[in-house]
Amino acid sequence: MDASPQQHPPVEFETDPSRYRHWQVQYDGAIAKVLMRVDAAAGLRPGYELKLNSYDLGVDIELADVVRRLRFEHPEVRTVVVTSGHDNVFCAGANIFMLGSSTHAWKVNFCKFTNETRCEIEDATANSDQMYVAALNGTCAGGGYELALACAEIYLQDDGNSAVSLPEVPLLGVLPGTGGLTRVVDKRKVRRDRADIFCTTAEGVRGKRALQWGLVDAVFSRSRFEQEVAKKAKASAERKVDLKPGERVGVKLGPITPDRGENRRSYRHVTLSWDPAARTATITVKGPSEGDVKLVEQGGAAIHAAGDQLWALRAMRELDDALLWLRFNLLDTGLVLLRTEGDAARVIAHDRALFAARDHWFANEVLLHMARVLRRLDLTSRSFFALGDATDSAFAGCLLELALAADRFYLLDDEDVRVGLGPLNFGALPMSHGPSRLSVRLAADPNKVQELREQQELMGPEDADDAGLVTVRLDKIDWDDDTRVAIEERASMSPDALTGMEANLRFVGAENDTSKIFARLSAWQNWIFIRPNATGPEGALSLYGKPQRPHFDLNRV
Amino acid sequence: MVSNTVDLNAKIPNNVGLSDDVKLQRALEKWLPSYLEWWNDMGPSDFAQKNVYLRTAVSVDNDGWAHYDYVKMPDYRWGIFLNPRQEESLIRCGDDAGKAAWHEVPGEHRNALRRIIVTQADTEPASVEQQRLLGHTAPSLYDMRNLFQVNVEEGRHLWAMVYLLHKYFGRDGRDEADMLLERRSGDPDKPRILGAFNQPCDHWLSFFAFTMFTDRDGKYQLAALAQSGFDPLARTTEFMLTEEAHHLFVGETGMDRIVKRSAELQRLDPNGDVRNQGGIDFDLIQRTINYWYTYSLDLFGGEISSNAADFFATGLKGRYREDKYEEHRALGGTYRLPVVEDGRLSERDVPMRNAMNEVLRDAYVHDCERALRKWNRTLEEAGSPTRLALPSRRFHRHQGIYADHAFDPTGNLITKDQFEQRRHEWVLTPSDNDYLLSIMKASHEPGKFANWIAPPTRGIEGQPIDFEYVQLRD
Ligand SMILES: [Fe+2]
Ligand SMILES: [Fe+2]
Repeated sequence: MDASPQQHPPVEFETDPSRYRHWQVQYDGAIAKVLMRVDAAAGLRPGYELKLNSYDLGVDIELADVVRRLRFEHPEVRTVVVTSGHDNVFCAGANIFMLGSSTHAWKVNFCKFTNETRCEIEDATANSDQMYVAALNGTCAGGGYELALACAEIYLQDDGNSAVSLPEVPLLGVLPGTGGLTRVVDKRKVRRDRADIFCTTAEGVRGKRALQWGLVDAVFSRSRFEQEVAKKAKASAERKVDLKPGERVGVKLGPITPDRGENRRSYRHVTLSWDPAARTATITVKGPSEGDVKLVEQGGAAIHAAGDQLWALRAMRELDDALLWLRFNLLDTGLVLLRTEGDAARVIAHDRALFAARDHWFANEVLLHMARVLRRLDLTSRSFFALGDATDSAFAGCLLELALAADRFYLLDDEDVRVGLGPLNFGALPMSHGPSRLSVRLAADPNKVQELREQQELMGPEDADDAGLVTVRLDKIDWDDDTRVAIEERASMSPDALTGMEANLRFVGAENDTSKIFARLSAWQNWIFIRPNATGPEGALSLYGKPQRPHFDLNRV
Repeated sequence: MVSNTVDLNAKIPNNVGLSDDVKLQRALEKWLPSYLEWWNDMGPSDFAQKNVYLRTAVSVDNDGWAHYDYVKMPDYRWGIFLNPRQEESLIRCGDDAGKAAWHEVPGEHRNALRRIIVTQADTEPASVEQQRLLGHTAPSLYDMRNLFQVNVEEGRHLWAMVYLLHKYFGRDGRDEADMLLERRSGDPDKPRILGAFNQPCDHWLSFFAFTMFTDRDGKYQLAALAQSGFDPLARTTEFMLTEEAHHLFVGETGMDRIVKRSAELQRLDPNGDVRNQGGIDFDLIQRTINYWYTYSLDLFGGEISSNAADFFATGLKGRYREDKYEEHRALGGTYRLPVVEDGRLSERDVPMRNAMNEVLRDAYVHDCERALRKWNRTLEEAGSPTRLALPSRRFHRHQGIYADHAFDPTGNLITKDQFEQRRHEWVLTPSDNDYLLSIMKASHEPGKFANWIAPPTRGIEGQPIDFEYVQLRD
């Protein structure tokens, strides 16, 4: 039993409600009820059963789709109630047998993706006036409680049995992998000494004590649970919110399915290709067309009418899909080259118009979505080199973010090459720890950011270099050799060390809850995952559900 | 009401050194009033002032553990006893088999042990609650006395478990002990932990089936815990088993007496119609067996269980008669289990430790089969052509690997629709209960028995059958 991707068909991330196996969404005006009813027999990989509403990547892919569609397709929804469609169990967390039988890479990628989905839930509550509440109508363990923690409020059924718990440490010898520890103490401000007891007690905490410790926001008896939750949901849905204007009609997210060629996935605006021998991939993003810009310039209503065909939404959905596909299916591709095609001036014009329309709810959602996709790029543990190697490259505005997200930006020193800053480069597309990529890049010189904000014009390679945007400026004669060597050199280094180094260098500045979650996940959880105490032959995770008991190397490291 | 420790000592027969244990005294002082309140609210209704001929354990000696006398139930002396041990106690199973047993709770196993004890403890008051109204419809004074005997002893079993929680689990243990008095059988908001203990048991056929099948699960759980490496648990449960034996006797002989009487009525009626004679027909008896036996099977837990593996591996819970096994680690072997795969029954080999619940269930099933053979012998001797049978252990399950599928009583996989269509033939129905309630009229005269049940072959503790086991007159 091995869930590593090599032996299996590639993972695809596109789905839609007609294909859900594990979730059901019921709409009732401003309230949506998201029912988790995991089909135990429909795991993404063979070899485990998703009992007790436990989940694997397939379940979470659907959840991510639910969350995204709620924002785009159901802007009328103010309150989302997440609850279980099974009796007596809300969610048992990530499936332990799935984790135990997965490769390290799979576990890490799985955890990262689930984390990103939890962050999307919080993002929807914070920025789209869609408040998520968790109605725990049964026991809620591990990742189940972490899902609840991503919601703004948590209600627990008080039946003497239903508990919230994070049993990872005492039961499995690993950490809660979806931000549980951070959210318990940082978000919910549970006292850290109580959190210590909570996180080392496998059976968790029930009823009144869960409420008293701040692990949940309310407890209701079993017979009153549905009714009280409905009351809460109604009150929440009627809360006063400053809704953004624009006709609140949802925008259907249609398929973005790429053409699949050999070593290539071609979407409308994005192409992902890869070279297995060189272990590199290239992502090329085409900028907006003349017509795309004209449309956006007509303002919010026209943008809304364009729906999922809008360049800014479509291109970013495609980029998102390409990044996820790459993460899970191209494991040994260590370096990704980022290219853009189009017209830099046009991208800036596009950004200006979109930014100007940001008060329209849909334009706002498009921007928020763009920001999330770019954060996915920041959090992808591959080396990224942006290559501005042609006169039609378009590293400007939102597409310049690709270069700013990359570990290096190589730019061709040609007088026709243009790089440009626009309104989206100054905070509209924040990184997960808060600041813009530009301010991270220019951390040593905050005044420079201000200066650039005032200029906001297209630059040639030399000016861009002077502005601190370019890593290496190369003329035509040097380009091929120098970039080839840089690429080969990068590909030769230890992938682990590179992952760690990049994660350290990318997120300059102060941390916040979200960045803490990702940083600690990569630092601690991923370390613990490969330690013998978890995954060695006598490790707790390996032996869970097996007749043998774990044996620990008792030396503290 | 208990006001000081002297009273407490006089009130609570024990061999656990209660008089010297200030911590335990303090915990019990607080708990005892709540317990009595619970007993008054949820114990046998309306018989508190009656003298009942009860067995009380006043010490663990041969002549002390079964002391018979008239007692009013609220005055029953609920005691705390550990079976004495001559030799050094050892861990009897799992990775540490053969090492010295624990006399204190090992931190590593604290949560697991607490869970085991709380789960067992919760069943004790639950059954008292389930049986609380049965005194009013007792088929005889003899049976009424047996009911009350079972009730007070279940109360004592609660005491035994609460002793462990108070003595060994600190504040958490005290909280758990309090919660044992807060949950209620069948209450939608505060249900008892296990399914069978929330099922209504509102007439005597269910009472006998319950003590036959559900108490018998208790016996096997206690027997497995009597093998525990946690010495106080092993010795407590060993002593409980002596009382449990009587509960099983009440159930097994009660069912046997009904079977016997029904066979008589079958012979008596020109059409062989038992119901026509006011008795309990065999189909109904069979449905009752099917119902309680399968709910009781659920109590053993999942067929494939990592908890079961852990409990065994850590020496917290052994097999039935672990001492009869030669090998106590059970690390290598496998257990072949019928499982449903791709819509069909097939067999799977499960690591032995993960199948420990099933191993214990095997011992239980074996025991139940023995009782069925006995009842069928009664039928044979009475000249009845009818035979009763145990259903397949896959039938009508609500826990474990068969719970999501439907099976007929012989264990064939069927659809859920097929099951629902025939449910009324296979398990107790509301109309069965209506009928049973209609014939459950109390019989309060010494030596007289309700029409639907035969008298026992002998009385209690050498007393005649027409002895006044409960003094109902004031
Ligand atoms: Fe008992
Ligand atoms: Fe019993």
